[in-house]
Amino acid sequence: MDFQWSAEEAAFQKEVREFCIANLPADWHEQYQDDEEAFDFSRVAAKKLGQKGWLAMAWPKEYGGLGASHWKQALFNYETSYQRFPGVGGIGIGMAGPTMMIYGTEEQKKQWLPDIASGAAYWCQLFTEPGAGSDLASLQTRAVEDGDDYVINGQKIFTSGGHHAVFGWAGFRTDPNAPKHRGISVFVVPMDTPGVTVRPLINMTGVHAQNEIFFDDARLSKDNLVGERNRGWYQMATTLDFERSGVGRYGAATRILEEIVEYAKDTRLNGHTIAQEPRVRNKIANMAIEMEVGKYIGFRIVWMQSKGLIPNREASMSKVWGAEMMQRLANTGMMTMGMYVQLRRGSKHAQMAGRIEGQYKATVVGSIAGGSSEVNRNIIATRGLGLPR
Amino acid sequence: MDLGLNETQEILRRIAREFLEAESPNALVRQMEQDEKGYPPELYRKIAEQGWASMILPEEFGGDGASFLDLCVLNEELGRAIAPVPLHDVWLSQYLLLDLASDEQKKQYLPALGSGDTIATIALTEPSARYDAGAVATTAEADGDEYILNGTKLFVSNANIADLLLVVARSRAAVNKEEGISVFAVPANTPGISITPLVTIALDKQCEVVLNNVRVPASALVGPLHGAWSAIERVIDKGKVLICTWSVGGASYVLEMTVYSAKRRVQFGRPIGTFQAISHKCADMAIDVDGMRFVVYHAAWRLSEGLPADQEIAIAKGWTADAYRRVTALGHQVHGGVGFMMDYDIQMYFRRAKMAEVLYGDADLHRELVAQGLGL
Repeated sequence: MDFQWSAEEAAFQKEVREFCIANLPADWHEQYQDDEEAFDFSRVAAKKLGQKGWLAMAWPKEYGGLGASHWKQALFNYETSYQRFPGVGGIGIGMAGPTMMIYGTEEQKKQWLPDIASGAAYWCQLFTEPGAGSDLASLQTRAVEDGDDYVINGQKIFTSGGHHAVFGWAGFRTDPNAPKHRGISVFVVPMDTPGVTVRPLINMTGVHAQNEIFFDDARLSKDNLVGERNRGWYQMATTLDFERSGVGRYGAATRILEEIVEYAKDTRLNGHTIAQEPRVRNKIANMAIEMEVGKYIGFRIVWMQSKGLIPNREASMSKVWGAEMMQRLANTGMMTMGMYVQLRRGSKHAQMAGRIEGQYKATVVGSIAGGSSEVNRNIIATRGLGLPR
Repeated sequence: MDLGLNETQEILRRIAREFLEAESPNALVRQMEQDEKGYPPELYRKIAEQGWASMILPEEFGGDGASFLDLCVLNEELGRAIAPVPLHDVWLSQYLLLDLASDEQKKQYLPALGSGDTIATIALTEPSARYDAGAVATTAEADGDEYILNGTKLFVSNANIADLLLVVARSRAAVNKEEGISVFAVPANTPGISITPLVTIALDKQCEVVLNNVRVPASALVGPLHGAWSAIERVIDKGKVLICTWSVGGASYVLEMTVYSAKRRVQFGRPIGTFQAISHKCADMAIDVDGMRFVVYHAAWRLSEGLPADQEIAIAKGWTADAYRRVTALGHQVHGGVGFMMDYDIQMYFRRAKMAEVLYGDADLHRELVAQGLGL
């Protein structure tokens, strides 16, 4: 048992930290920008990571990666999140690329992988539909064979970054008669394909980040189907060997908590600092404790992967814990500020650049998107504890 | 970073589990709750034969020189089985003696503690129910070549079966409360000592120990006169982590019992574990159990390696105190009516979780320590 980083790991973390600091504006942490506002900068950042080979570091070297170990990937994700360095990860890096590497043709790999690894191409995910959220396998958007093409009709929803993406990684129904999991194929969708319409959705943070995507007789070449027809759902499971510990969330959370602590120590109200209030101390300390708990729930996954074990319920635990912890962190920050919690970024008297108010709204979706807490608790209970379905 | 046990620890864990399943079944635990002594000497003898009472002692005193981390691995199994044996108190007494005692005193006490022939416990807390030096009001007054001890100790674990009490007393008034604290090795049958077991929620044997003009020879002083407090703090740290690893074992077992129950209990035509209201509680229990495990072993590992561990220990106890309680509460909810019955086992864990919560300071106290550690 050893809870400390090796000299090599510590050196790598330092290298990442220094790179981030060198490539971010000096006042980066004093501002509060959400991901959408910082989008253009995030693409610049992604390309810089691409140049270093870090963007796709988990990928094999032959595809533009470094073949980095799980520990290295986790440390990278943790540190870049702590530094709030944008452009890390994404659908191309985390889903499209890995699936293509295993199931794609050589032509497909040559055509799409290099621009993902370099950061040149931004991808979105086209899976969720109005009728297919937690029950994702019930997706209905049809891909019908027609000569050398597939004709696509249907609708996707909550597509993050769909308005920026060059390509979409899509799941379409190619066999409506098969059981639902066995009739899905995965496709690469050039987002400028005629018949593809992107309509903005404004979320409760006031930002256009997600979209509805409509497909009206959009034509895709058969060369855009990746892997085996009707096996798309099962191909997705193979991307699970990549970083899925969620430790990045703890990097981001650690930074926010540090800022809350500084705020509490520096702010005087009613004759004492906020840090002197017993209930504030108690809540902040509890948050610090929760973060330690969650950090190891995350790193435990990395440790398993490094031993060749496949995390299953452990990944669900990390998602449940991480998403709900971020909500509790936002609540803790809010509690620290009393009436000032209401003030948004840009308002006179707003505290901490309005970051906590923004986080409080933004974290609402964390326990819903990317595997809801309910679905993940089901996985923990059934696959993890063996409870009957 | 390596979050696993080594091979020796895995073997220890497996052997301990098999031994305790065979020798300390829950039926025995129940029996001991009603027993006057509260522990079965026959089981304790077998445990001593396993080497568990001596494992952390240096070889010269009959031990294996095992690490604190090894002890924690064993202690988790003891917590799983809630075995009714005074190992926690014996181990902490050994650590205190190893830290403070003279070579002569070590020779006098350690081998017998290691062989299981004698039982010792540390008498620290008092009616003020706190763990800081300022709470020690029991006095030790020098009188010729003796000391006279006066005061009341409360919540002293297993004092009723102890042969030896390590009494923490104030030997000198001081502005800084951490000065002036001394430890005395006092045979439990010394005149002037009266021991009364308290009746506790866990039905363990925490006792009131009244010291009324108890005379002990100068040779009873263990360690430096007026200077024992930092050693006491080190033992408290170990006590906290031990109770946390004990809690991890208990909470894991409660989860297993609960899943077992949810699979078998049928209502509305199906096992209740198929209802999400039930299965999600089990998922939350699983998250709590795993959550406890790593922060606790992080603290245990650091202590074992001699690394600074104040914050990690505060985090471990600050979390586990509430988490073990939560797990038992959720477990009871899933068990339904039968879990409320005495003959079901989960209530034994529920009651012990409360004991583990408040011993060495509850979650609020430790959150305050964490807050201080954050610089708040």
